[in-house]
Amino acid sequence: MAKSPEEEHPHKAFGWAAKDTSGILSPFHFSRRDNGVEDVTIKILYCGVCHSDLHAAKNEWGFSRYPMVPGHEIVGLVTKTGSNVMKLKVDDRVGVGVMVNSCKSCEYCHQDLENYCPQMIFTYNAQNHDGTRTYGGYSNTIVVDQHFVVRIPDSMPSDGCAPLLCAGITVYSPMKYYGMTEPGKHLGIVGLGGLGHVAVKIGKAFGLKVTVISSSSRKEREALDRLGADSFLVSNDPAKMKAAFGTMDYIIDTVSAVHALAPFLSLLKTNGKLVTLGLPEKPLELPIFPLVLGRKLVGGSDVGGMKETQEMLDFCAKHNIAADVEVIQMDQINTAMERLAKSDVRYRFVIDVANSLSQSQL
Amino acid sequence: MEEKSFEEEHPNKAFGWAARDQSGVLSPFIFSRRSTGEKDVRFKVLFCGICHSDLHMAKNEWGMSTYPLVPGHEIVGQVTEVGSKVERFKVGDKVGVGCLVGSCHSCDSCSSNLENYCPEMILTYSAKYNDGTITYGGYSDIMVADEHFMVRIPENLPLDAAAPLLCAGITVYSPLRFFDLDKPGMHVGVVGLGGLGHVAVKFAKAMGVKVTVISTSPSKKQEALDHLGADSFLVSRDQDGMQAAVGTMDGIIDTVSATHPISPLIGLLKTRGKLVLVGAPVKPLELSVFPLIMGGKIVGGSGIGGMKETQEMIDFAARNNITADIEVISMDSVNTAMERLLKGDVRYRFVIDIGNTLKI
Repeated sequence: MAKSPEEEHPHKAFGWAAKDTSGILSPFHFSRRDNGVEDVTIKILYCGVCHSDLHAAKNEWGFSRYPMVPGHEIVGLVTKTGSNVMKLKVDDRVGVGVMVNSCKSCEYCHQDLENYCPQMIFTYNAQNHDGTRTYGGYSNTIVVDQHFVVRIPDSMPSDGCAPLLCAGITVYSPMKYYGMTEPGKHLGIVGLGGLGHVAVKIGKAFGLKVTVISSSSRKEREALDRLGADSFLVSNDPAKMKAAFGTMDYIIDTVSAVHALAPFLSLLKTNGKLVTLGLPEKPLELPIFPLVLGRKLVGGSDVGGMKETQEMLDFCAKHNIAADVEVIQMDQINTAMERLAKSDVRYRFVIDVANSLSQSQL
Repeated sequence: MEEKSFEEEHPNKAFGWAARDQSGVLSPFIFSRRSTGEKDVRFKVLFCGICHSDLHMAKNEWGMSTYPLVPGHEIVGQVTEVGSKVERFKVGDKVGVGCLVGSCHSCDSCSSNLENYCPEMILTYSAKYNDGTITYGGYSDIMVADEHFMVRIPENLPLDAAAPLLCAGITVYSPLRFFDLDKPGMHVGVVGLGGLGHVAVKFAKAMGVKVTVISTSPSKKQEALDHLGADSFLVSRDQDGMQAAVGTMDGIIDTVSATHPISPLIGLLKTRGKLVLVGAPVKPLELSVFPLIMGGKIVGGSGIGGMKETQEMIDFAARNNITADIEVISMDSVNTAMERLLKGDVRYRFVIDIGNTLKI
């Protein structure tokens, strides 16, 4: 008979979990494994609320299993290290992102592309080698293989750094891979949310000209004055869009709802690249003529490897880049999820786990 | 002011076959060509390939055709006259013209030898030229073109079989190079075994690439493996075969211009693999974003190539003895050929023997 989540591992843990496709989270007792020779145990301080947490909690992609403890933007303190762990020590401030394991032997793992390893294991809603489920960062503690733990640079705030562990690497990796690092080139960013606002900051740090493309003008002042974007384009304004046709070298599309690609493809110059990062539930329509006539491409990208994640954090520290966050208490998570569904957040909720997740709630 | 007739528009008489309306049926057409300008080269057309685009354009399927329309953009012939400032060609040279006869020469694309992406590029037929007249293509007895848009055909290439390289050849050569799918040991899929596809197989093999042909017709298997040298053959409806090939290809050149599902093709790609479309389906295709993101994959497009690369492609073909597999036809069989082309009934390009069969 399968053990209960509380009994399947030796060390008690608690968190908040979704129990069904309503996606509503509630207190949950479970357990964490022993700290193995390669592992570190982390007391979780903060966890970012990624839009993927919402999709997964509601089984919008069809592969959710319950109970599910979301959370893959985790910042915490090391409380224990395994005997093979040399680079991390107790009290180090560390982060865990979207992955907690991979095969470590395939060509992708060898190229520091653990994110593309066919046996990569997600931080939550995935199956461990021992058959148990992985539980994420909406919890008090987590045990992770040292390879999948990054060091948080000293200068970074814990709360503002947490979202970088998913949102940050999700935009940084394709920006490097698709060559969006040439100063003076023009980057368009569709959607000013968790991913988008970090992309603006990183884009400016790369020396790019950045245009934020949004369906409404209400975010214009924010984008220009506070985030430092160079210009703002309302995608529902046909005349403004037309004036911008053929002006962008790259576009990062962060929108996760189903939406039209054609207008954004028109914004690209010849040889332009559109990288799509949002995960809509249904397919998008891809017009082919613009690709053929302009040698344009649409690419996807999925977070980044561990080496690149550390590189991204170090880059952000150097350029004083952190996410703009609204810190919430654990028991506000369901309200936060509702607001997130309406994009009512500037720009990431981060759960103050250490101070608000307590046994007394259970 | 009375508009000049097609015969009087330019100083020199010309003769060809043109489509008169959206039926796409071609018939004899007397018209005229401009004088040989200082940078122009005039040549007697010997052969012209029939590209599937000729069929689309003759029937105005893309909504941009002007009638009468003389198709043909896979044109080879022999130079009869050169303008005073022409440097690269002389009378008697064997030359070719592809899909372009003009561009702005000053934009970023033109400056990067990418005349094919110039916003003001001028197509070889059914387009407006610098002088305001409409361009007429290679289903005709003579051509006059700016030397910039001409390529030399090396001596060892038979002219009839070289003609299709001017569109089909460059259309598949360019993306193999641009998307880095030309390294020995790579595995590239070619979807569709027609005019474009069969040349793609030949080029890719010459580049040292392992090639899998992906087709809806099992009947093309022997051809693909034995005659064209492909390494393997996948029938796209064969679920087991497709499943076994998942995640095995560095890239895919997709030559199919009909609407078709691309998700199975994206599945065949390795992580960070590239699906490049060179056929141009008119309606948008469905793109499942998950697999694209989970595998860091790319869907791109490519359209012909610049002039420098077209000459490079011809020279590569000559070095590797690559030509198209053709069926030579007489000018007056062109309508029958078009009907057969529509059904895909050709191995793999019709080429009109203009020199011997185009007669007034």
